[in-house]
Amino acid sequence: MSVTAKGPLPSEPYDVTVVGAGVVGSAIARELAGHHRLRIALVEASGDVGDGTSKANTAILHTGFDAVPGSLEARLVREGSRLLGAYAAESGIPVEPVGALLVAWDEEQLAALPGLLKKAERNGYDEAHIIGADEVRAREPHLGEGALGALSVPGESIICPWTTTLAYATQAVRGGVDLHLNCAVEKVGASSPDGSACHALTTPRGVVRTRYLINAAGLHADALDRRLLGRGEFTVTPRRGQLIVFDKLARDLVSHILLPVPTALGKGVLVAPTVYGNVLLGPTAEELDDKRATGTTEDGLAGLRAKGRRILPALLDEEVTAVYAGLRAATEHDDYQIHACPEERCITVGGIRSTGLTASMAIAEYVVGLLAEAAGPDLDLTVPGSLDPVSMPNLGEAYPRPYQRADLIATDPAYGSIVCHCERVTRGEIRDALISTVPPGSLDGLRRRTRARGGRCQGFYCGAAVRELFDGWGESGAGR
Amino acid sequence: MRRQRHVDVLVVGAGPAGLAAATRLAASGAGAVEVLERDARAGGVPRHCHHGGFGRWGVTGPQYAESLVEAALGAGAAVRTGVSATGWAGALSLDTTGPHGLERITARAVVLATGARERPRTARLVPGTRPAGVFTTGELQQAVHVYRQEIGTRAVVVGAEPVSYAALSALRHAGVEVAALVTEEARAQVSPVRAAAARFGVARVPLVTGAVVAELLGRGRLSGVRLRRRDGRERVLACDTVVFTGDFVPDHELARRGGVLLDPGTRGPAVDGSFRTASPGIFAVGNGVHAVEPARVAAEEGVRVAGPVRDRLAGAGWPSGAVPLVVESPLRWVAPNRVAPGAPVGAEVAEGPGGPGGRFVLRTAEAVFCPLLVVTQDGRCLHRQRVMRRVLPNQGLYLSGSWAGDADAGGGPVRVAVG
Ligand SMILES: Cc1cc2nc3c(=O)[nH]c(=O)nc-3n(C[C@H](O)[C@H](O)[C@H](O)COP(=O)(O)OP(=O)(O)OC[C@H]3O[C@@H](n4cnc5c(N)ncnc54)[C@H](O)[C@@H]3O)c2cc1C
Ligand SMILES: Cc1cc2nc3c(=O)[nH]c(=O)nc-3n(C[C@H](O)[C@H](O)[C@H](O)COP(=O)(O)OP(=O)(O)OC[C@H]3O[C@@H](n4cnc5c(N)ncnc54)[C@H](O)[C@@H]3O)c2cc1C
Repeated sequence: MSVTAKGPLPSEPYDVTVVGAGVVGSAIARELAGHHRLRIALVEASGDVGDGTSKANTAILHTGFDAVPGSLEARLVREGSRLLGAYAAESGIPVEPVGALLVAWDEEQLAALPGLLKKAERNGYDEAHIIGADEVRAREPHLGEGALGALSVPGESIICPWTTTLAYATQAVRGGVDLHLNCAVEKVGASSPDGSACHALTTPRGVVRTRYLINAAGLHADALDRRLLGRGEFTVTPRRGQLIVFDKLARDLVSHILLPVPTALGKGVLVAPTVYGNVLLGPTAEELDDKRATGTTEDGLAGLRAKGRRILPALLDEEVTAVYAGLRAATEHDDYQIHACPEERCITVGGIRSTGLTASMAIAEYVVGLLAEAAGPDLDLTVPGSLDPVSMPNLGEAYPRPYQRADLIATDPAYGSIVCHCERVTRGEIRDALISTVPPGSLDGLRRRTRARGGRCQGFYCGAAVRELFDGWGESGAGR
Repeated sequence: MRRQRHVDVLVVGAGPAGLAAATRLAASGAGAVEVLERDARAGGVPRHCHHGGFGRWGVTGPQYAESLVEAALGAGAAVRTGVSATGWAGALSLDTTGPHGLERITARAVVLATGARERPRTARLVPGTRPAGVFTTGELQQAVHVYRQEIGTRAVVVGAEPVSYAALSALRHAGVEVAALVTEEARAQVSPVRAAAARFGVARVPLVTGAVVAELLGRGRLSGVRLRRRDGRERVLACDTVVFTGDFVPDHELARRGGVLLDPGTRGPAVDGSFRTASPGIFAVGNGVHAVEPARVAAEEGVRVAGPVRDRLAGAGWPSGAVPLVVESPLRWVAPNRVAPGAPVGAEVAEGPGGPGGRFVLRTAEAVFCPLLVVTQDGRCLHRQRVMRRVLPNQGLYLSGSWAGDADAGGGPVRVAVG
């Protein structure tokens, strides 16, 4: 078990290498680590796990009620929702089952609700029901004027996407997976060191040799496929989603995830609580051709504010804590693009569009199934292994945080010493993150593990103090 | 689990306002006076303002902070650092967290002196990427003066008000080249002499007026900012550091979580001239009530709240109703902003030597030249006052409190307008 961020890479070939340590790649690595005594690598271009699309989404654990019935996505979202829900409960990933309301603002949207209800049933979800205007208002008293009714989807939850990816990666690493960071796969070639055919993945840190390869490179899965196979079955066209995070003091304004009724133009803008106690407004949906365009724009933010004002007018008077954008890996197809290529000993996990967080564990199971089939007796994937359970630090507001726990502070005063005041993050939590199995590669990584510097002041009070801790522990503690 | 304790007065925040209040209260025999400070050290913002201009001439922020802490301790107040007030457990009971555990402290009077912060880039909705190298002045000053960290090599300062020049000096101290000060306003928000003096240092710093930062550029680390001028023209300024200065907002979380009524203009707790909030027993002073004034002004409010707090401890009642004090455009806000029956607004006279007496703090949204401030209630003129200078946005504008006794506590809102 190891995590490396610099220096040479092991020369011995791996049995399986997963490229991309997003939520999907990390889930796959964990699944492999759990089942089999194999040499596994998880290779990531960035200096941290979950640094791509997986860090910047709307953080909803979907039921899959609105998926395209019969699609692979529908199936994996449905299964993934159940798997991740159970995993979260066991490993301490914050989840709040707040439920969703698809609010109809005009007659046309109201008329669409029965169809959506039917669709939910076809997707195997039968807890949805339609409620009238009065009940909508009773449930969401701060909603803007004019809501005519809603489809209630009680099973939709909010989840912490950062802890999810981190939990998978942590468990994978503890289960024996080598995680290599700062390792963008630039070229894919062939090599046969001891007669057995291997892929040779060229990275800035050297070459990784692997017998089997799983491409979970997110936005870049198409490019990696082309490098690997000389062709690709799909092209990723990033679809940007910009979001605004409102201050915690806005949290009382909303109880459910407020979804728009989907139109031909897409899923539309939602208002949702977050497990950190904030309120999200977004996302936009913009087709782009630049896979690095994770910036927000003036028009994007202004558009969101206009939509938000309609949905929850009082929200717009609250302070903004953060603005960010994520890129969905949209393709020309209407479904996930998961393909096995047995003769090339690889599997592509691409086009994991806007539901990958929810579906991650089911995708992992499915992919490992495909790998078993593709490899046959060459990889022994039949004997289930076991993984030690992980217990993740709690970032959620719905559960006691260290600063609220007298028991914890009594054992270690560092948990009583608040460093980041807006988010109430203690020195103990920051220290723990910095010496954890998968330590943060940057201050932003530390934020995703602790919430430090992520609050309304964005570092006015604590920025320098947090950086001091990061630099101090980074040298001695993390030791890499 | 939580230790329960009682004190007479609990002050939240050991900045100039809270420390001055505690000093005055403890010295005048108000009983057990305790100040909570969440930071590891007491003193508030001046602790990291390493320039002069605090209190007497030449006194630096840390020196000023230290003298305030000494005064509070000398007067017999308990100053507890590293302890955060995290929420309320009752009308006058606060829950706290510190390395020694959790407490629930109940007081006979609570003084909120929680200060203010600068709005960061996100709250200002500045679009673009999310690179490293983006600061507020507060973070910059701490990084430079308290932690001696590396900042960057070339910075842009957003704003041209007093605090922006403080940022400029911190950057210079850290050896960072300053590419420009950028302000949306037509001129610097400080006196021409100060603006000129500050900009001539090692190298002349250009002041770009009438421009906004329209976008942050760069991945991982900031590579530049895109400026847009009022006429729509744009240009990119290369830099690896940007400091967003000013745009202060009171830190009102605790007040709001406690159900304390806020003023929509200041966004801090609404207070009357005795710094009483609408919640019985809870007072609020300093930048937590109105964002940023010089430290001296915040400390004076701390001094002035002592009398009303002592009255409260002695059993004085709490006004049940109050008339709001509101401003008209181009004025942005006024504090205090409630006229309570029986308590002349802002008319408390400072007890300390040299105190300016009761007065209101105002802000204007636009520059005004020698404004005539007119105070009216239900059409009746209560006061007229000419301010003999140009007043810029983000600059203190003060109104005498002498008229407040004439306001009708049962009447309509009192209005302040520029005549
Ligand atoms: C705005 C928005 C809202 C969303 N909301 C939700 C939601 O509410 N619920 C939900 O379930 N899902 C949601 N999603 C979808 C979800 O975030 C994604 O499906 C999921 O994060 C995809 O994970 P991934 O691992 O495939 O991709 P990524 O997280 O992008 O991971 C891919 C990784 O591969 C690495 N990589 C790429 N190329 C290489 C290379 N050549 N060598 C090495 N490494 C490489 C990248 O650095 C990256 O870390 C949303 C997405 C967006 C954008
Ligand atoms: C960047 C900057 C530069 C400045 N430069 C100057 C200058 O050059 N000259 C000048 O005269 N003035 C200057 N000022 C203004 C001056 O610093 C302030 O007016 C003064 O500090 C205000 O005092 P205060 O007590 O109201 O607030 P603060 O000094 O902000 O103190 C508030 C204190 O409350 C604490 N606190 C808040 N919430 C809690 C809680 N829940 N529990 C425990 N503790 C809490 C905070 O940690 C803080 O220490 C500057 C201000 C800033 C921000």
